[in-house]
Amino acid sequence: MNLDTGKNAIIRLFNVTKHYGGKPALHNVSLDIEPGEFVFISGPSGAGKSTLLKVLYLAETVSAGQILIDGMNLSRISPARLPFLRRRFGMVFQDFKLIPTLTVFDNVALALEVAGKKPSFIRKKVMHVLRVTGMEKKAHMLPPTLSGGEQQRVAVARAVAGDPDIILADEPTGSLDQASARRVLEILLAYHKKGGTILVASHHLQQLQTVVTGRSIVLEKGRLISATRLEPYAL
Amino acid sequence: MIRYFYKALADIRSNRFLNLITMVTISLSILMVSLCLLFFENLGRIMDGWNQEGRAMVYLVPEFSTEMRPELASAITQMDGVVQITFVSKDRALARLKNQMAGSTRFLDTLEENPLPHAFEIRIQTQNGFEPVAAVVRQIESLDLVESVEYGQKWLARMLDLFQLFRLTGYVMCALFLLIAFFITASTVRLVFHSRQSEVEIMRLVGATDRFIKMPFYVTGLIQGAVGGILGLLILFAAYLAVWSGISQSMGDLFHLDVRFLSVAAMGGIWVVSTFLGWFGCYLSLRQLLK
Ligand SMILES: Nc1ncnc2c1ncn2[C@@H]1O[C@H](COP(=O)(O)OP(=O)(O)O)[C@@H](O)[C@H]1O
Ligand SMILES: [Mg+2]
Repeated sequence: MNLDTGKNAIIRLFNVTKHYGGKPALHNVSLDIEPGEFVFISGPSGAGKSTLLKVLYLAETVSAGQILIDGMNLSRISPARLPFLRRRFGMVFQDFKLIPTLTVFDNVALALEVAGKKPSFIRKKVMHVLRVTGMEKKAHMLPPTLSGGEQQRVAVARAVAGDPDIILADEPTGSLDQASARRVLEILLAYHKKGGTILVASHHLQQLQTVVTGRSIVLEKGRLISATRLEPYAL
Repeated sequence: MIRYFYKALADIRSNRFLNLITMVTISLSILMVSLCLLFFENLGRIMDGWNQEGRAMVYLVPEFSTEMRPELASAITQMDGVVQITFVSKDRALARLKNQMAGSTRFLDTLEENPLPHAFEIRIQTQNGFEPVAAVVRQIESLDLVESVEYGQKWLARMLDLFQLFRLTGYVMCALFLLIAFFITASTVRLVFHSRQSEVEIMRLVGATDRFIKMPFYVTGLIQGAVGGILGLLILFAAYLAVWSGISQSMGDLFHLDVRFLSVAAMGGIWVVSTFLGWFGCYLSLRQLLK
């Protein structure tokens, strides 16, 4: 493996393998992602897309191989520093992971509160991202009272609120109708335009591809089987 | 900090039932403890009042002669707590007795020899309670020239022994109550924590430190302890007013009993203990839950 090619890479995977007990969910995956890239991870259900994202923010640890995030080796991160690593990521979870007892506002604010931001800053920032995602009118509602698409947008708002270097989105349009999916993608795209690095895992790629320039990575049975550049289409 | 406080209040609201149970438990145990304290403080003070005099008679052996008096007097004066000493010769004692008995009997006039011993009348400091007094008395009794020491209400000493035992039992029970309150607090924290497992997991995923996760629990514990303590003291105070106003109206003229509510220092102490209890229950539970 040529180490020089990935000099500027913000995410580097070296022969990463992940077993959940039996057969590998990821098998020998090596990958470099440059800052500011928009990466699509596609492949059939069970291919290891979610697992690939999970090992990046250490929701799962790898069975073999190494991962570097901005030069930091994840295998050497102490539990005390793990929260600081996670604050560099904005995560959009497949199941949203919103706290049902907190309002939309508080859910988004949480991402800033954990980083110790000032309340006045938090208020401004949260209202800003809620405006961007079109959720400011529902700021004081509880997540269970919202539709799937709305919850998804709240999840995206929380992911971008902390101005993370990297956004990891797992099936961010999975449960959405065409219009909502497009809306979510536009938000991610806007973030990408500001220079953010974005990884999106999805099994219906076509819908996404039409939107943006980027790289497409295909996983199958835990193996990386192709990596191609996507040409831009008009929105 | 203020933010944690609001978070804690929201937590309490969303787990109303469990938090209520904890607070009631803490306040009940604080009620028991402060009731014990109130009872013993007052009983102790009343008993000390009975012994306020601190007067004692030191009867001397027959071999004592008046030349020995200065030496013995200074030996006794030097003892801790002896504030006043007066020599009462056997003649004066007899005169006093005759005076007291005047008219009631001629018996004393028939005596050929004075049967009374020489004695010292002393006063002992009593403000430090009964124990030091008893100690001085024992010390004086051990002197060679002293036959015996007779001091106010010797039975009081025996009662005080009983009182000590009683008080010890009371305090052991208080400790038990506090322990129960502590365990209930600790297990409520555990229950609340488990009911929030998924919430805590989400917080971790978005980059919360353990400190951030624990803080609202600690603040909740402090609030529960503080509120529980105040509640317990308030209940006691209300009960005290109700009971005491009844008693003092019916018996106030018969006995003068100096009953007071807990001192500010004692209430402060109880409140601090109660607040600490809430915090410590949290601390131990969380230490176990978040390693
Ligand atoms: N927590 C887990 N425990 C056991 N097996 C798992 C777990 N998570 C995922 N897997 C398995 O790993 C493989 C990849 O899963 P996943 O990464 O979720 O795939 P995808 O997101 O592409 O659908 C699947 O075979 C799945 O059953
Ligand atoms: Mg998945």
